[in-house]
Amino acid sequence: MAKIKTDKLNLWYGPFHALKDVDSSFGANRITAIIGPSGCGKSTLLRVFNRMNDLIEGVRTAGKVLVDGEDIFGPGADLVKLRKKVGMVFQRPNPFPLSVYENIVFGERIHADSIKRDTLDEIVERSLKSVLLWDELKDRLNEPALRLTLEQKQRLCIARLIAVKPEVLLMDEPCSTLDPQATARIEELMRELKNNYTIIIVTHNMQQAARVSDDTGFMLLGELIEFGRTEDIFTAPKDRRTEDYITGRYG
Amino acid sequence: MRNPHRTQNIAFFFLFLATLLIVVPVGMIVVIIIQKGLPAINWQFLTDIPRQGMRAGGIFPAIVGTLYLVTGAIVFALPIGLLAAIYLSEYSKDNILNRLIKLAIVNLAGVPSVVYGLFGLALFVIFFKFGASILAGSLTLGIMILPIIITSSREALESVPQSFREVSLSLGASKWQTIRHIVLPNAIPGILTGTILGLGRAAGETAPILFTVAAFYLPQLPKSVFDQAMALPYHLYVISTQVPNVDEKIRYGTALVLLTLVLFMNLVAIIIRYKFRKKKKW
Repeated sequence: MAKIKTDKLNLWYGPFHALKDVDSSFGANRITAIIGPSGCGKSTLLRVFNRMNDLIEGVRTAGKVLVDGEDIFGPGADLVKLRKKVGMVFQRPNPFPLSVYENIVFGERIHADSIKRDTLDEIVERSLKSVLLWDELKDRLNEPALRLTLEQKQRLCIARLIAVKPEVLLMDEPCSTLDPQATARIEELMRELKNNYTIIIVTHNMQQAARVSDDTGFMLLGELIEFGRTEDIFTAPKDRRTEDYITGRYG
Repeated sequence: MRNPHRTQNIAFFFLFLATLLIVVPVGMIVVIIIQKGLPAINWQFLTDIPRQGMRAGGIFPAIVGTLYLVTGAIVFALPIGLLAAIYLSEYSKDNILNRLIKLAIVNLAGVPSVVYGLFGLALFVIFFKFGASILAGSLTLGIMILPIIITSSREALESVPQSFREVSLSLGASKWQTIRHIVLPNAIPGILTGTILGLGRAAGETAPILFTVAAFYLPQLPKSVFDQAMALPYHLYVISTQVPNVDEKIRYGTALVLLTLVLFMNLVAIIIRYKFRKKKKW
């Protein structure tokens, strides 16, 4: 069953038509990669799903986006609830200038009615374990998060997100600042997380898309050109433009 | 023949000379005031009331008055300035009204201080009937330092990376929660620095307090905010120009106390900024 569906989704930045009639469907507990050249609208599409585009002045959207069957632009849509459910991992690891511990419990402090130390401790342990950082950091919880390595920071950001108990993880080029080994380990983590979460990843790295994703969408100039199972897209693309991109004729 | 190396040296010389010339007056002011004022400084001078028509005794009421005024000014200016800065940096959109507000702040900073004095006299002393009082003087000084506080707070808020706000919002925090938990804590050092610079400015100005609070001679401490008070800058003006035969060392001693107070505040601001820069890593 589709976790997220778009129906004739259009988006404009002022006069610029950034997304054109995008129809897509993202399966639950699958990793879907969105690929395409720079400026094709793949990050824009990702930022529709948790309505981060709302922050930009002059953005207009038309069409429907359904998360669990509910229109996120509908009149009764609750932005806070949406963003708790659909979380985001950013391109640059961006922990707050707080301790490791405080980074992870940020969401709880914001959302919980009352703060209990035991609950916080529990959240920190569970979240760090799920991103495989617990053993590394369990004795360094009070250190500033900005002192971690890039990979640790990105894992911490994922842990901070998981602590909010989202259902969908949007990842916007999450490995683009990491070295190949760290990238491989984050991809491993994504495969693990897929059991509990629906993951949508934007990447300009086609090998990464091929390695890690179950489904792939190819975008070009604001249009979703082709969408299907990753092995089909990469071995037997139906559209000429997809084939040209995948074989490196442009990009 | 043009010799680039020589013109380079000449340019360097003049640039360096101009820079050096900045240091000279500052250094001389400090040296002269310390040299002539230090002999006057003793326990009695700092803690006693002025005696013999301000030709002897101490300047305690003026010190206390200045501290009251500065505190009062900050109590008014900091909350208003900070809230305005938050609105301008976090909430306002780029439209005519907000451009007008920003223009007003810039102009407020450029108004001569004596005009603030007249304004305070008309509004607080006469219209609101506060009389010449600590309340009227504090409000006048508060308005004068508002632009400093707003501008520095805005800069501090805007220097907090956009990505922090994005993450916080993406985790489901509301805009206010984001400001409260993420933006403000990271902007506090900058806000404090601006506030302290504003304090220094308020402590040193004579014109705004001239008509609104300053007492020529008041050998006792004010009892309420509706009392007049002595203040260091005005006291310095009085004993320098209005009272004959005041010993030079008392005048310079008063100047030294005022200068020390202001420099001390600036020093605190510098230390806060320095500590913060060392800690910040984004």
